[in-house]
Amino acid sequence: MKTMLTVISNALCRITGKNVGAQTVPEGARVAVTRNFADFTPQVTFDIKKCDLHRLEAGPPVKAELTREQGLQYYRTMQMVRRVELKADQLYKQKIIRGFCHLYDGQEACAAGIEAAISPSDHLITAYRAHGYTYTRGVSIRQILAELTGRKGGVAKGKGGSMHMYAPHFYGGNGIVGAQVPLGAGIALACQYRGNNQVCVTLYGDGAANQGQLFETFNMAALWKLPCVFICENNKYGMGTAVERAAASTDYYKRGDFIPGLRVDGMDVLSVREATRFAADHCRAGKGPIVMELQTYRYHGHSMSDPGVSYRTREEIQEVRSKSDPISLLRERMLSNNMASAEEFKEMDVEIRKEVDDAAQFATSDPEPPLEDLCNHVFSNNPPLDVRGTHPWSKLKSVS
Amino acid sequence: MPLNINGTLLRKQHRNHVTVRDALNQAMDEELERDERVFLMGEEVAQYDGAYKVSRGLWKKYGDKRIIDTPISEMGFAGIAVGAAMAGLRPICEFMTFNFSMQAIDQVINSAAKTYYMSAGLQPVPIVFRGPNGASAGVAAQHSQCFAAWYAHCPGLKVVSPWNSEDAKGLLKSAIRDDNPVVFLENELMYGVPFEMSEDSQSKDFTIPIGKAKIERQGNHVTLVSHSRFVGHCLDAAAVLAKEGIECEVINLRTIRPMDVESIETSVMKTNHLVTVEGGWPQFGVGAEICARVMEGSAFNFLDAPVTRVTGVDIPMPYAKILEDHSLPQVKDIIFSVKKTLNV
Repeated sequence: MKTMLTVISNALCRITGKNVGAQTVPEGARVAVTRNFADFTPQVTFDIKKCDLHRLEAGPPVKAELTREQGLQYYRTMQMVRRVELKADQLYKQKIIRGFCHLYDGQEACAAGIEAAISPSDHLITAYRAHGYTYTRGVSIRQILAELTGRKGGVAKGKGGSMHMYAPHFYGGNGIVGAQVPLGAGIALACQYRGNNQVCVTLYGDGAANQGQLFETFNMAALWKLPCVFICENNKYGMGTAVERAAASTDYYKRGDFIPGLRVDGMDVLSVREATRFAADHCRAGKGPIVMELQTYRYHGHSMSDPGVSYRTREEIQEVRSKSDPISLLRERMLSNNMASAEEFKEMDVEIRKEVDDAAQFATSDPEPPLEDLCNHVFSNNPPLDVRGTHPWSKLKSVS
Repeated sequence: MPLNINGTLLRKQHRNHVTVRDALNQAMDEELERDERVFLMGEEVAQYDGAYKVSRGLWKKYGDKRIIDTPISEMGFAGIAVGAAMAGLRPICEFMTFNFSMQAIDQVINSAAKTYYMSAGLQPVPIVFRGPNGASAGVAAQHSQCFAAWYAHCPGLKVVSPWNSEDAKGLLKSAIRDDNPVVFLENELMYGVPFEMSEDSQSKDFTIPIGKAKIERQGNHVTLVSHSRFVGHCLDAAAVLAKEGIECEVINLRTIRPMDVESIETSVMKTNHLVTVEGGWPQFGVGAEICARVMEGSAFNFLDAPVTRVTGVDIPMPYAKILEDHSLPQVKDIIFSVKKTLNV
């Protein structure tokens, strides 16, 4: 009996991501889970919204398969991003995080769905609302929070902050609106140059969609058939400006003109995943770039200095929360199809909160970078150089 | 009388005379061959053989993949070049002139120069931005600006300004091999000028270190510091002054950032007099920086007179020849300034 309980427990641990083998069930104990593993539906095919298409004969499929394992993984990812962003909000209000802080809560399905459709060897670049992607691209939440609090344990050793976090095949975090788009096409050029069948996902917002450099980039990407998936995260507001006040055409998926496009429900992680897969396949087939518009929503204002209610109503925000929250949507889908139990989700939530609290604890107790680090990392692979300090007697050293 | 690379009179044994244009071409050809990650992109670099023919023959040899013609989209293609560098390639991004780099300056500064620092060393950007800089002939105000001071202001960039063919070849090879963003300021009027090239420069591994100035001519009475085309003007002025018994030490900066202040200071400690010569505008310029650095350093106490700056006139560049000629330092301006500095 004990062996069987341990086996079931370990199996559940593998699925939920807990430490396998760390759980032992004492003799005579009751198993906390009331259902047998075999009770849950292992896989369900869901109907997803049809995408609006531009210059495309066919679009992504209107059905998406979801396994229990995938569902729990997507849930975990989105919930983790949500809790990290809320923790960042808290730390910012306590003045432990300073400067710019652009939060992603509400948009989690975009980051989770995209990552589910590409591989770690693909590339991704985004703008400044980047914490979610930093996580999905592999940086730990400790390193993310410690970067926000400006400590030496941050992913950029405290030198970058919210908008400048990097990882292998993740090029930030970019502060200048729109500048990341030509960069992304350049990364795609490198993929094409090397012939490695990789793509670059290049994200921008509805505000950046009006930048001239995007159109220069679209032209070159189309001309040279770069394997670049351009993704516009349309969260309906560019800072305080609603899309109707900024764009003569709010059909962002058509703004690539000669580049095919699709408009996707960005609140549904499965829609995002299927569309991204479709888009990446398009690029990998050598058909050139593609533009994807994700219709999404941010709960917070533009940044922590924007309450977010002067240009939109609280009712609107509340409506999205209650009807379209990406995390709730996934959970409801899984529960109503018996793919997981409410207790499981609750346990995951508790676990995630704890992880985030631990990471925040690290982020608030880790020391700030040492002053000796001030001038380092100016040049790569370079002999040490002298850097002038604030006055001529201050001679500082810079190493690579 | 032609000078050899040491500033002394040409000896009987002849080296081939190579124009600055060909030296740049050789540098790119050798680096393209050496490292398949290197590629060139810019307007007219491929099928047109280069707006100023600097990339002549390269497209024929290396093809579309390595030599890329771009549309007239500086901000876009500079960003694409920076992105390619971030992904591990080694692009050479040509601006037809550096005046057009202003369209793209955000990519040079914010995307290229600052990234290694912001990422605390996670993301290097091995890119070269090159093209003609400064005044040409009769191209008027929008096409004649010198950008040395603007780019040299920014940490995270290296800024190189070659004068002769040897400089051009050795420094461009170093720039391409450097893992950091390098702004490589050429000069259109120098492209067609032939110089003797040393034996060493024939080697495919010949490089000139970035950050080290060169003494083109030794002298004891006054130090002349310059970069790019005006190094030649300084040598001409020095030849005239020598007849009057004034021996000038001429320093070719070669690199604007990081500046080799030590070479300047060593020279000033010998000559006690300093004159800077540049084509750019005076305010906040290269000469201004040299003045500040010399004042802050060990050479200040060796100065017998304040430093003199010879610069372009503080106006947008006019078109008419007589006006244009009077907008830039002439040899007689350098001679006059040296004598004033020496109080002779």
